[in-house]
Amino acid sequence: MTDALTVPTQDATRSASAGSRTASIAIARMRDFALVPLIIAIIIVGSVLYPAFATRATFQDLLSNMAWIALMVVAESLILITGKMDLSLESTVGLAPGIAAWLTLPKGINHGLHAIPGFWAIPIALAVGAAIGAINGFLIVRLRINAFIVTLGMLITLRGVLTGISKGQTFFGLTGSQMYLGSATWLGFPASIWVVVIIFAIGIFVLAKTRVGRSLYAVGGNLDAARASGIRTDRVVWVVLIIGGLLAALAGIIESGTLASVTSNMGSGRIFDVFAAAVIGGISLNGGKGSLFGAFTGVLLLNLIFKVLTFAGVPDQWFDFLNGAVILVVLIGQRIVGGRTDQ
Amino acid sequence: MTSSTEQHSTVGGHPPPIVEAVKVTKRFGATTALDSAELTVEPGEIHALVGRNGAGKSTLVSILTGLEEADAGAVAFSGRPAPPLSDRHAWRSIVACVYQKSTIIPELSVAENLFVNDQADAGRPISWRRLRSRAAELLAAWELDVDVRVKAKELTVEQRQMVEIARSLSRGARFIILDEPTARLDAAAINRLFSRVRALQEQGVTFLYISHHLQEIFELCQTVTVYRDARHIVTAPIAELPRAELVIAMTGEQVSETSDPRPPAPPPAEPILSVRGLTVGDACRDVDVDVRPGEIVGLAGAVSSGKFAVANAIVGLQRPSSGTVLVEGRAPRRGDVAKALLAGLGFVPQDRHREGFVGGMSMAENITMAVPHRLERHGVLSTKRRTELAQQAIQRLDIVPPRPEQPVAALSGGNQQKVVMARALADEPRLLVLMTPTAGVDVKAKQTLMDTAADAARNGSGVLVVSDDLDDLRYCHRVVVMFRGAVVGEFSGTWQDQQLVAAMEGIEVS
Repeated sequence: MTDALTVPTQDATRSASAGSRTASIAIARMRDFALVPLIIAIIIVGSVLYPAFATRATFQDLLSNMAWIALMVVAESLILITGKMDLSLESTVGLAPGIAAWLTLPKGINHGLHAIPGFWAIPIALAVGAAIGAINGFLIVRLRINAFIVTLGMLITLRGVLTGISKGQTFFGLTGSQMYLGSATWLGFPASIWVVVIIFAIGIFVLAKTRVGRSLYAVGGNLDAARASGIRTDRVVWVVLIIGGLLAALAGIIESGTLASVTSNMGSGRIFDVFAAAVIGGISLNGGKGSLFGAFTGVLLLNLIFKVLTFAGVPDQWFDFLNGAVILVVLIGQRIVGGRTDQ
Repeated sequence: MTSSTEQHSTVGGHPPPIVEAVKVTKRFGATTALDSAELTVEPGEIHALVGRNGAGKSTLVSILTGLEEADAGAVAFSGRPAPPLSDRHAWRSIVACVYQKSTIIPELSVAENLFVNDQADAGRPISWRRLRSRAAELLAAWELDVDVRVKAKELTVEQRQMVEIARSLSRGARFIILDEPTARLDAAAINRLFSRVRALQEQGVTFLYISHHLQEIFELCQTVTVYRDARHIVTAPIAELPRAELVIAMTGEQVSETSDPRPPAPPPAEPILSVRGLTVGDACRDVDVDVRPGEIVGLAGAVSSGKFAVANAIVGLQRPSSGTVLVEGRAPRRGDVAKALLAGLGFVPQDRHREGFVGGMSMAENITMAVPHRLERHGVLSTKRRTELAQQAIQRLDIVPPRPEQPVAALSGGNQQKVVMARALADEPRLLVLMTPTAGVDVKAKQTLMDTAADAARNGSGVLVVSDDLDDLRYCHRVVVMFRGAVVGEFSGTWQDQQLVAAMEGIEVS
C-alpha cells in the first residue's frame, strides 16, 4: 500500500539504537537463550507431575532418541546461516545408510549386494552424504538454481533411489560398523549422545571463533559484502552444503544403528521438524543470524514436550497436531515478547 | 495544470505557506531527533533543506509525509492542519517524497507501477490496454519519454525518479520532497533533472530539496533551511547566504574550504599500481593508469564512463577481458578479490549497502572482515584483538557511536561509510582504491574520510579515488578523466573545476 513505509528513517534508527545499545546486545544474546526458561519450566512441571520423569533413564532416552534429528538441525542451521536451505537432508538421512546397507548386506537375506565388507558401511554412508552435498552445491553454486527448488528436486530423487534399491522394503539385520554408533556406550552414556554433544560443541566453537565460521554469517548476511571482503563465497556455500550432507549421513548412521534397520521411508517428512526446531531456536530463514546453541534449545524443547506428552498418556494420534500447535505457539510467543520479525 | 496554491489563497493576502511546521519535536527513546524544529516552505519555491547526517532531516521528512507523528508541535499544509496518520489517501494527495531508495516495484511494468492498487475501478477487471494508455497519457503530460510496457527494473535511476515524480503528481500532490535525488546520477542526468524540476516549478509545483551537494543547492534553490543537531539553525534566501556561512551553519565550526588538502606530492618512484591496456567487456577499453607511493590519483568520469569497471577490475570484483594490472610489480589473479587483498590492496566498493557491509553484524566484525589472519592465533579468532583493531579504527575515523559491538545497520550513512573505509584500511594496504567514498555523507564525514585517505598517502600508500565528486577530487595530485570507456584527459597540479567537469562531460579536453 504505502510504498514509503519501507523507507528507513535514518535518524530514527540511529537515535533509537544509540539509546538502547546495551539492550540490543542483550537481545542478541537473549535470542540464543530465549527458550531456556521454557525448557526449565517444562522439566520442572514434568518432574512435579510425574515422579518417573526426573530420572536419568528418561533424559538418556530423550537425548539418544533425538540425536539424529539434532544432527540434522545442525546441518540445516549451518546452511540457513549461510543464506541457503537444504530440503533434501531428510532423504539423505535415509539414502546414506541405505546405500551402505545395500552394498554390505548378504545377498540372500534381503536384497543386499554383499559387494563390500561391513567394515566399510560408515565410510560409504559418509561418502554418499558428502556426494549429495556436492551435487547440491554444483546445482546451487555453479548453475545458480534456487536452493529451495534444487533441494526439493533432490529430496524426491534421493527418496526414489532409496525406494528403488530397497524395492520399497526394509534393510534389516544390519551388521558391522553400521551398528556401532547407534548401539555403543561410551563412559556410561550412549555413543549417539556423545556424538551430538561433540558435534554441537565443535559447531558452536567453529561458528563463534574461527574465520570459516564467521564467514558463514558474512555470506548469509550480505553475499556481495562478503565477496568484497575477499571471502570466497561460492566455496563457503559449497563446503557448507557438503558438511550438511555429511552430518545428515552421520545422523542416518546413528538412527539406522539404533534401529538395526533402514526403512525405505526413513526420515521422510522430518525436514519440517528440522526447520521448525532451527527457527524456534533463533536461526533466521533469511540467513546470517542465529546460533547452534539456540538451535539445540529448539530441538530439545520440541522433544521435551513430546516426552511430557508421552508421560501424560496423550494418544499418538494427536501428536502431529500437538507438535504443530507447539511450534506455532512458540513462534507467536516470540513475536509478542521479543519482536522477532524474520520468521 | 494550474497552480493549486491559488485554490487555498486567503482573501486579499499572501497565500499560506505550502508547508508550515511549528515547534515540531520528536523523540526516539532517550534521543531527541527533532527539537522544536521549524520549517516554512512558500508555494512555488524550491526550498533546500541541508544538514549533516543525524541533523533531523529524515525525521522531518517522515513527519511531513505522514509516516510518523510529531510528539509536539504542529504541521499545516496550505493553512490546513495535517490529516491523521491513517488517512494515506489524503497524505498522498498533498505531499510526495522521492527517496534515495526506489519505491518502485521492479518486476511490474512502468504502467502498473504508476497505478499500483488503482489499476481499475474497484470491482472491475483490469483492462491492460486502458491502463497502458492512461500511463502513457500521464507520462506524456509531463513530457517523460518512457515506454510504459517495460519492467520498472529496466529503467535508469533517472527515469525511475521521473516516474516516481509523475506518479505523485498524478495523485494530486503539488508538493514534492526530493531526498538526495542526485546521489546516483551523473552530471548530465543531474542537469536534466534540474531542468525538469524548474519546469515543474513554473507549473506551480513546490519542492523541498535535500542534498549534501552545496553547489546543487546554489544552482537550483531559492531558499535554504539549515538544521543542525535536531534544531532549526537558519532559513534564508540562497542569495543572501554565502557558501562559507552555509557550511558554518551546517557544521557549527569552520571547515577550511579553500586550503589545499593534498599531502605533499611524492617524489618520482616505481608505481604501486600499474594498469596497462585494460579492457573490461564493453565498459572500458585500453585504459592505462599509474599510482605511485604517496600519490593520490583521481579516476573521474560520469556514471557511464567505465571508471567503475576499471576499479572493479583492479580490486578483483570484475574480470578484465584483456590488459594487465600490476600491484607492486606483481599481477594478482584476475577476478579474485582475495588475491588482490593479499597483494596489498584495500578498497571501498561502489555501493556500500550492497557490497560494503553486513548490516546485522557488529562494527568490529565488519571492520576486520577482510583480515581474519590478524585476529587468529592457532586458527582461533581472538575477540579481544578484534575489539582492539576496531577501536583503533573507530578512533582514527571518528565513528559515532564509538562502540565496536554495535550492528552496522543501526549506524547513520556517514558512519556506515566510515566502517567500510575502516575495513579497507584494516590491513594497512599499499594501495587504496576508493569508489565514490563520500556518496551521500555529510560535509564533516566527507572531510574525515578524505583526510584519512590523505593520511594513508602520507604514510606511503598509493590512493586511487574513483569519483566524480569535485570535493573528493580536490584531494588528488592527478586526475585521470574517462569518458565512454576511454581515458580522455589528465589533470595535475592545479586545475579549474570547470575544466574537469567539461572533460567528464566529454565536451572538451584542455
